[in-house]
Amino acid sequence: MATIQEKISKLFPAATFEQADTLQITIPDAQLQSLARTLRDDADLAFDFLVTIVGMDWKDSLGCIYYLASSTHANTLAIKVSTTDRENPMLHSVSEVWTIAEIFEREVYDFFGIVFIGNKDMRRLFLNIDWVGYPLRKDYDTNPDLNPVSIENERQSDGTDMYLENAEGKIEKKHRLIFEKDDFVVNIGPQHPATHGVLRFRTAVDGETIKKIDVYMGYIHRGVEKLCEDLTYPQTLHFMDRLDYFAAHNYHHGLCLCIEKAAGIEVPRRAQVIRVIMDELSRIASHCLFIGTFCMDLGATTMLFYALRVREQILDIMDKTCGARMTFNYDVIGGVMADLDENFVADVKALLAVLPKNIKEYNKIFTGNVITKNRMEGVGVLSKADAIDYSVTGPSGRASGWACDGRKTHPYSIYSELDFEQVVMEEGDSMARFKCRMKEIEESARIIEQLIDNIPAGDICAKVPKVLKLPVGKWFQMVEGCRGVFAVYLESDGSTKPYRLKIAPPCLPLAAVVDHITSGNKIADLITIGGSLDYIVPDMDR
Amino acid sequence: MEVTTKSMPYEAWKDNEYIEKLVQELQENGTNVIVGTFDKLINWGRSNSIWPLTFATSCCGIEFVSLGAARFDMARFGWEVARASPRQADFMMVAGTIVNRMVPVFRRLYDQLAEPKYVIACGGCAISGGPFRKSYHVAKGIGDIVPVDVFVPGCPPRPEAMIYGIMQLSRKIKVEKFFGGVNRQERNQKFFEDHPMD
Amino acid sequence: MFDFSNVTGWIHDLLSSFMADWLVVVTECVLIGLGLLLAYALLALFYIYFERKVCAAFQCRLGPNRVGPFGLLQSFADMFKILIKELISLKHTDKLLFALAPYLVIAASMLAFAVLPWGKGLQIIDFNIGIFFLIAVSSIGVLGILLAGWSSNNKFTLIGALRSGAQMVSYELSIGLSVITMVAFAGTMSVTGIVEAQSECWFIFSGHIPAIIAFIIYMIAGTAETNRGPFDLPEAESELTAGYHTEYSGIHFGFFYLAEYLNLFIVAGVATLLFFGGWMPLHIPGWEGFNDVMNYIPTPIWFIGKAVVLSFVIIWFKWTFPRLRIDQLLALEWKYLLPINLFNLVLMVLVIVYGLHGPVCPVIE
Repeated sequence: MATIQEKISKLFPAATFEQADTLQITIPDAQLQSLARTLRDDADLAFDFLVTIVGMDWKDSLGCIYYLASSTHANTLAIKVSTTDRENPMLHSVSEVWTIAEIFEREVYDFFGIVFIGNKDMRRLFLNIDWVGYPLRKDYDTNPDLNPVSIENERQSDGTDMYLENAEGKIEKKHRLIFEKDDFVVNIGPQHPATHGVLRFRTAVDGETIKKIDVYMGYIHRGVEKLCEDLTYPQTLHFMDRLDYFAAHNYHHGLCLCIEKAAGIEVPRRAQVIRVIMDELSRIASHCLFIGTFCMDLGATTMLFYALRVREQILDIMDKTCGARMTFNYDVIGGVMADLDENFVADVKALLAVLPKNIKEYNKIFTGNVITKNRMEGVGVLSKADAIDYSVTGPSGRASGWACDGRKTHPYSIYSELDFEQVVMEEGDSMARFKCRMKEIEESARIIEQLIDNIPAGDICAKVPKVLKLPVGKWFQMVEGCRGVFAVYLESDGSTKPYRLKIAPPCLPLAAVVDHITSGNKIADLITIGGSLDYIVPDMDR
Repeated sequence: MEVTTKSMPYEAWKDNEYIEKLVQELQENGTNVIVGTFDKLINWGRSNSIWPLTFATSCCGIEFVSLGAARFDMARFGWEVARASPRQADFMMVAGTIVNRMVPVFRRLYDQLAEPKYVIACGGCAISGGPFRKSYHVAKGIGDIVPVDVFVPGCPPRPEAMIYGIMQLSRKIKVEKFFGGVNRQERNQKFFEDHPMD
Repeated sequence: MFDFSNVTGWIHDLLSSFMADWLVVVTECVLIGLGLLLAYALLALFYIYFERKVCAAFQCRLGPNRVGPFGLLQSFADMFKILIKELISLKHTDKLLFALAPYLVIAASMLAFAVLPWGKGLQIIDFNIGIFFLIAVSSIGVLGILLAGWSSNNKFTLIGALRSGAQMVSYELSIGLSVITMVAFAGTMSVTGIVEAQSECWFIFSGHIPAIIAFIIYMIAGTAETNRGPFDLPEAESELTAGYHTEYSGIHFGFFYLAEYLNLFIVAGVATLLFFGGWMPLHIPGWEGFNDVMNYIPTPIWFIGKAVVLSFVIIWFKWTFPRLRIDQLLALEWKYLLPINLFNLVLMVLVIVYGLHGPVCPVIE
């Protein structure tokens, strides 16, 4: 870390440093772009993966914290930029350095009203064009009369404003149309069977060929981050279930780790092992459902039912221990909520026994099929460079050859002790994404096999004070969800409630990359590509 | 009058008083023999053929998928013909949160359904906003937007609860009146008069 | 074998005994029309139930079992409901074409029924170009689908209709060519003639390799022609919601829904006629006793039974394969099926010329 700090302080004397769990560089807005470029391009630094942009309201100032990681080394880094102008806050965009920043910055604009100079698309991301106020600002007026529930269609703009800096350093406002004038635009969604929820693609098509896609989200934006600011730490946990409801355990695990790190709580070994087993079980369940829905999107409805069979078996195991089929609320701060069911080990072993047969069956019915191959091979190719540029993590990123498994790159809990492979493929097409998940099921089964006979005895939960107060500070935690890297940023002001809880979902980049990999393909390919990316809309909308 | 279905004894139903009251209300002025028979035939058809609209916004939608799968198999009741086009569906299982931006879309979908149409509010979010009730961007229940026939609580409700909910809907349809008397279309009309929006 | 023309002849004689000639014709037309409608409705309802049960079996489910015994009345309940469901009239649509389209689709499949050989002597109209007529009228259906998609004034339906147009026009070629192959083999276009020619041995057995190739191609093209999976692009649910009939509700949608299943029956029926001997019982040359036993099974049962088995195969396709993409679909037809088909026709001619085939009864004209 010291070397990074030395190197940057040499190049940017204006930068100040702060060591929390991640090294944080504070830099004036004017130097942000050149710092970003240096961080990405310098061979030693190589911070090419923008995990998230955390919009912040520090009451006296507004700003952003950029969390960076790398595809080649395990360091993480944070950049902090702020502005004291609350009326017209403006910061420079880093979307030319990391393409994914375009959509992250739109999110920050939506929540905090910070305009990014140089970003080509400055529409609101989740909220209506007429929405009054910026909800995550601390002075947001929550009066429902300002933003009433309306059954009138929302007003939409065909264009977007962008703010560019000209040669003299003045900011100019320009208008840009999203689609060309005579484009034939088809609305796919929000209520559409293949968008896996309420996502809307405004698709410009030329016959059957897709020219451009404008991803339009917010149809299930529930304001989780704002809600969390009014809840105590244990209460915030249950929202994690309802973000990515297939990876409920993994998300819980992530937030719990973050809060435990902040509070300095040591989790008993038994709880850690149980958590990892549960994570991997839900990964298998999630990937099974992916196989099912993906095949259904391609028209092979029967596969859905075969895939759901395994999922039901896992849900039964969960049901016995956690008491629910989907929203488990099982991981709590300091451990897990309840001890394992007495049949747990036997049930899991029964599952592991049938799993290889089932995977074989899936491959026989679906993967080897000629039509399947034609539909999936070479469709929606995402190169490794683009995957990193768009922060596409998880199985989708690994299918493009980027070894981005959070369990290997930033090991947490007991993953560093376990023996498992990181599934990485080279092709980057839909088939690779599909196969990658199939293989991950096997890897998850391997992890469970190692642990299931070695669950240590002991407490399932550490002693945690009834009223949990965190010290002043900020913490950042990445875990591997079922669809990619799930990150939590937590800032505390010393009270029982989080000052800011930022959830960085893996699905937002997945949706952002759709336009890039579909253009030039057929309408049917959009369904294939969307299905193979496997995004969960409530996760990206939060 | 006892409103029963094939697979469940009358006593096993939870809220028989409601249905009985409904029957009484509908048959206040007696039933014409011929019209009543026609009604019975029509209601037999309708109550046994409720096709859902594929509509899901979040977690509850996945339980709805489970409902169609082999374990719970809603095809047994003839509900598996999920239509993607609202024109061809009979009821809407509102599975998941309805947020402000979704409200116009949701209302439009409801308007696009062909009569007779029914709505089941499934899960806490659809009933009242659920865990997200205090949010700035969530509609506090769909009961103010469209007339709801059945509420199925849970977060998400288990598939068994969903089956129970749809069977309750089926029971409600069974006592409807197509000809004469007070029928549901008038009641729906009244709902929209009571809930003006904008 | 019982000849149903005895019954029809007797009815004809009975009617003519007390009616004027023109009145007899009118009465017979009405009777046949009623019978046809009844058969039509029952068949469609049976098929809906059949498909739902078969699909459930493939998916390890039970399928409808609550309404009536074994759920047999499920499709009746559905029909009652669809009949009285609201017909939504839309703004900004071509009202006439919008209303006409479902009737065109249903009329096409109904006309095709006229020449299907249901049993010995049980055929509504038997004329010398029966098979030609069948192909001609069954292509009216595509017109209905195109109109439906166009007049709905909806982008999804339009894309669905255009896909459907491209698909059905292309696959019509394959159907036509494989039918011609078999017509060449039979030496007649008359439906009765084709069936009679198979009285010793069904064409699929006697026709050698070209007949088998023609059968496979016919089944692929027939599946495409009925817009069923894996060729269900025009109504691909995960892409175009409900495709060309997205905007239709009530009984108009019911017509499309029924026509889909009836077309399935027609495709299977024509395959039965061309390759499996129509209503002709299974005969094996030389096995006199066996042939006699087979003759005791009534001919309509043979025809419907074979058609149902073949439709089972088509349903099997649908619930197994993923869907093709539009370019792959057209490539399959124009790059593979069509050349193979043309080659197959030549092969068939060679087989006929050199007499390499099995026994074929001479056509009595």
